[in-house]
Amino acid sequence: MTAVMDSPDIEDSGEIEEKKVSAIRRIRPKEFKPSDVVILLLTLAASYSIIWIIFAQLTLLSGALGFVVLWIPTFLFLYWFVNRQMFTRQVAVDRLIGSIVTLGAGIMMLPLVMLTIFVFQKGLPLLSWDVLTKTQQGVVYTGPSGNNIGGVAHALVGTIEEVAIAAAIGIPAALLTAVFINEVGGRFTKSVRVVVTAMSGTPAIVAGVFIYSIWVTKFHYSGFAGALALAIILLPTVTRGTEEVLKVVHNDLREAAIALAAPEWRTVWSVVLPTARSGLITSVLLGVAISIGETAPLIMTIFGNQVMNANPFVGPQMGLSLLSYKQIKLPIQSQIDLGYTSALVLFVLVFGIFILARILGAQRKGSGGGRRSLLSFVRWTPGSALEPNESAVVKKEEFSSD
Amino acid sequence: MTSELAPSPLKLANKRSNEDRLFRGVTRGAGLATFVILALIGVFLFIEALPAFRSQGWRFLTNTGWQTTGAHPQFGVLSALSGSIIIAVIGLIIAIPVSISCALFINEYAPDTLLRFIPFKNFLTAAVDLMAAVPSIIYGMWGFFILQPHMVGLEKWLSTFFGSLGIFQNTSGAYTSSFFIAGTIVGIMCMPIITSLCREVFSLTPSGEREGAMSLGASRARVIRDVVFPFSKGGMIGSIMLGLGRALGEAIAVAIIIALAFPLNFHVVQAGGNSIAALIALQWGAGGNLGTSALLAAGLVLFILTLIINMIASRIVNASKMAGR
Repeated sequence: MTAVMDSPDIEDSGEIEEKKVSAIRRIRPKEFKPSDVVILLLTLAASYSIIWIIFAQLTLLSGALGFVVLWIPTFLFLYWFVNRQMFTRQVAVDRLIGSIVTLGAGIMMLPLVMLTIFVFQKGLPLLSWDVLTKTQQGVVYTGPSGNNIGGVAHALVGTIEEVAIAAAIGIPAALLTAVFINEVGGRFTKSVRVVVTAMSGTPAIVAGVFIYSIWVTKFHYSGFAGALALAIILLPTVTRGTEEVLKVVHNDLREAAIALAAPEWRTVWSVVLPTARSGLITSVLLGVAISIGETAPLIMTIFGNQVMNANPFVGPQMGLSLLSYKQIKLPIQSQIDLGYTSALVLFVLVFGIFILARILGAQRKGSGGGRRSLLSFVRWTPGSALEPNESAVVKKEEFSSD
Repeated sequence: MTSELAPSPLKLANKRSNEDRLFRGVTRGAGLATFVILALIGVFLFIEALPAFRSQGWRFLTNTGWQTTGAHPQFGVLSALSGSIIIAVIGLIIAIPVSISCALFINEYAPDTLLRFIPFKNFLTAAVDLMAAVPSIIYGMWGFFILQPHMVGLEKWLSTFFGSLGIFQNTSGAYTSSFFIAGTIVGIMCMPIITSLCREVFSLTPSGEREGAMSLGASRARVIRDVVFPFSKGGMIGSIMLGLGRALGEAIAVAIIIALAFPLNFHVVQAGGNSIAALIALQWGAGGNLGTSALLAAGLVLFILTLIINMIASRIVNASKMAGR
């Protein structure tokens, strides 16, 4: 099931125990012999059969999903029961928890795999240079569409412009806010942190209606309005991430800079930020990756457009996510397919940025951000977001420096 | 000690330089700007929502219909609010066990490397993170075109055998576009967030206690139950509440799946439902000026709701963080 990680001490004492009381069959919970594999497989088969029989008798539940939903608890119960009968209660519980946890991870990964297959399967057939370079100018949505399905170029240009402006506004603001929380401090540090947390939990659509009420009612729909909404989503995300990264920078470095009589801004600019560089890049890129896929705030800010509008400041624009959203509601199959293709382009963009973030973030280990979880950047994270083995080292050093 | 050795004593500046004051001012300004933005969200939504509040008064919170045009407009956010909560609760019921299991698997069970060269743990973490970055529109499309057909069978089964419970009752015979399907998708979307936060919380379990339990002969299940969970109770509750905030605010995936229906409805496997975020996304541009104002008012309700939940969550979490140290 999972790898056995034994510490030698436990092993020895177990063996001694076993010699002493050889009459009782002892089993260490982590032990997993070939016979246990057989038990596992037989239990799986038995639970499958049970559910299948109930199915056949009920003949009501259709679809693989319902089957799996019922199969899992049946299997878990049987597996626990068999182990309970054959071994001890502890073994049974341990194996039950082990299977629940492993199944949980499997269930977790399933949607991701299915989503990826789905997006590529549906989006690839239509993907061509033509679709990528054409807009929807002159495309008629009603009646037989023929070959005229248009393209996604206007949405691609729109998305890139909107996200670029959002990043240009949101990232500097986020970095400054994080520097304020972590480096400058003062009376408001705590409350700013709480506000940033609250902002990061604000639904994306609220950012959209806010920008509508403050901007669009006066200046009409434009790509810039969409960018403002995305910046509001980006700001708390990147702030939290940056803050976590800055937290990890060792205090020794700051103290050394101060000891060299460096002014405060110089310490931050030349010591703290460069030390945390790879983590900063990761947090910024992941914020961008998340904001690029937002759809809801775009509905009430950029409005959508059929033709190319390369000027983000005047007139409605289009975005890839909004295009997908509008296309899949149309009654014509070829137009729905275009929505899939647009979603595929969006997925590839997000995936590309994500991979880039992982690569850049992993370049310099120990500089504050390498293999960190994206979500520590997104929402609140408890304490430092280091990997456990790393955090032990840092804690020790902190302790000694204190 | 004497001044003869040092004719001109080094002058110590205990005042910040101009650059530093500028630096402090700019960063403080950025920090306080977040306050301003949050306040502006509330103020501007309220101003723009005033026509809707004037039209309905307090009935805006108790009405269920959404008639914003005509001589006698009557609309309210009650069914949308209850729908948001139903979807979020269904989502959490699905997401919590899976997320916590997955977080435990990554933290306690998964080997660092698989077959000696695949960085298994890092791979899982990255996959969870990627799941969080996948746009909601793609979740919505997948849920609508792939998941929904599979869910209908389960829904029929539930309504046949548990229909007498009330919530699984289906009076219309239509099973698609229901709360249950929307809630499932929202649950799947919450999973990566809760997983990632729980994983972080679990990894903060002090290794001394963990190893102590193991040396006393505790199995991994016992370590999880008696060491990991007690230490991370607060963090788990906090991450679940942050997941709840996310689930309440999910717009696009719900908008794609659910069929907008305004009567108050608690039949989760029946076609038709409502949610604030999906209502705003679906009704945008329809219903005239008063309609837009009403949607902004609904947005304000959602904003306040998520704000309260997030504040409570961050308080719980901070308290547990202090206790854990």
